[in-house]
Amino acid sequence: MKTIPPEEVHYIAHLARINIDSEQLPRYTRCLSDILSLVSEMQKVDTEEISPMAHPLEVIQPLRADEVTEPNFLSSIETFAPEMEAGLFLVPQVIEE
Amino acid sequence: MLHTLSLSQLSHGLSQKEFSSVELTRHYLERIKRYDSSLNCYITLCEEEALAQAAAADKILATGSGGPLTGIPMAHKDLFCTKGIKTSCGSKILDNFISPYNATVVQRTLDAGMVLLGKTNLDEFAMGSSNENSYYGPVKNPWDLTRVPGGSSGGSAAAVAARLTPCATGTDTGGSVRQPAALCGITGLKPSYGRISRYGMVAYASSLDQAGPMTVSALDAALLLQVLAGHDSKDSTSLSRPVPSYSEKLTKNLSDLTIGIPEEYFTQDLDPAVGKVLQEAMSALERLGARMKSVRLPNTALGIPAYYVIAPAEASSNLSRYDGVRYGYRCNAPKNLLDLYKRTRGEGFGEEVKRRILVGTYALSSGYYDAYYIKAQKIRRLIREDFMNAFKEVDILLGPTSPTTAFKLGEKVEDPISMYLSDIYTINVNLAGLPALSIPAGSIEGLPVGMQLIGRDFDEMTLLSVGYQYQQITSWHQQQPTLFCE
Repeated sequence: MKTIPPEEVHYIAHLARINIDSEQLPRYTRCLSDILSLVSEMQKVDTEEISPMAHPLEVIQPLRADEVTEPNFLSSIETFAPEMEAGLFLVPQVIEE
Repeated sequence: MLHTLSLSQLSHGLSQKEFSSVELTRHYLERIKRYDSSLNCYITLCEEEALAQAAAADKILATGSGGPLTGIPMAHKDLFCTKGIKTSCGSKILDNFISPYNATVVQRTLDAGMVLLGKTNLDEFAMGSSNENSYYGPVKNPWDLTRVPGGSSGGSAAAVAARLTPCATGTDTGGSVRQPAALCGITGLKPSYGRISRYGMVAYASSLDQAGPMTVSALDAALLLQVLAGHDSKDSTSLSRPVPSYSEKLTKNLSDLTIGIPEEYFTQDLDPAVGKVLQEAMSALERLGARMKSVRLPNTALGIPAYYVIAPAEASSNLSRYDGVRYGYRCNAPKNLLDLYKRTRGEGFGEEVKRRILVGTYALSSGYYDAYYIKAQKIRRLIREDFMNAFKEVDILLGPTSPTTAFKLGEKVEDPISMYLSDIYTINVNLAGLPALSIPAGSIEGLPVGMQLIGRDFDEMTLLSVGYQYQQITSWHQQQPTLFCE
């Protein structure tokens, strides 16, 4: 049984930029431990000689000329962006005074 | 009773002017209004757009220049971007998102003259096997409203089963077309990875995701696949292999066909009643001339562990784009940028999505990458090699789609692991990138059972022809849930 400490779940949630309330933390900790126990079954198999398979298609990545193919969506982006001004996305101040 | 007609019958009726596309579209819209409050298949209904598209299709049909599916209504899973129409992915975080462009799948159905009835419900970002993870509430199974329709394409499956659309699209990352097709008693095809463009299909796990048709019959699936399949320069993983004429080659004689029966698919994990249904289906296929041969897929049990590393890892990367900055939900009064990201994502994503992002982030984090992510990719190769070895001896594989019939709503919500295990027969097909078809093969206590046929790379044709011929001598695919017959 794989267990993962709550502090580590808290840290992973920070890396993933997901807020998890302290009362939810035990629930996520339990679930993550269960899932990691499930996936740990993999460790029983010797894969020393096996090469990783990242993708089902073993083909060469096709390339195209570096030309603009997409239209400018700015006008429609402005209809669903949370906050925009002069064609720029607004976020809270990043560099504090 | 227009809703009892197959796609080819609808096509014939439209071309012969027995009914118009507007009449047909109105018929389905009325059925949706009458029945969908009890099923919750649709997130968005596109009544105005649908009637305009139907009127346009009627004009084309009047000139005699329509294609085989011109004027036929359909529904898209709400994971495909639709220009000017909400694309929610079943998530609060995209509840206000209106795509500025069409997914290639959507554009192809529109170019074929098909009519978009609406966008169907799904597990949030296609993560789930019961459709209970949707921000818009669960879909109910038309055969028993206390049971799940399966997931993640549960809305599409239930809508086709209840005849609230003649056909629909789904997406399949670990079984999300086939498992709901099986649980709702319809036909669902997951094509080979690369057969259908993923452009505009919101990404969950990019090396596994594939769109597919969800229909009443294998013939209907062939007709819809014909529209969807083919290379797209907007998706570099869509292959430029020629697309066969699927519906014209369905009658290929099965006497040369050898069907592999994987031993690992018929163990104590399988409900014995489902096993019995499949035995009867095998006998039917033998009557058509096919031979059965036992095969081994020794690494089958490793599929779920590998999948629950690879899919969450890819998801944690793909879903990093939902940050409250450019589109979608944003939390109230963020204190700073970090608070904006964390609260937007904490409030905007549902529990299962957060769980998978956390697992993926863990697997990709420093110190665990080799032990989890690389290990899972090695297992992935073993699983694909199992299939390749089996295909040296047999032409297709046959097994269950799901270990049980539809389970009760709420039954597995508190136990994600048992939910994950219900995808044991479908997940490995995605890891290997192969095509697979689920077709109705029987019924247990009034609930449908699906049979899964797995094919070689890009051999959708054989799967569809076996499905078609099986459906010529059986009638499971024609059964309709009595609540929605009228």
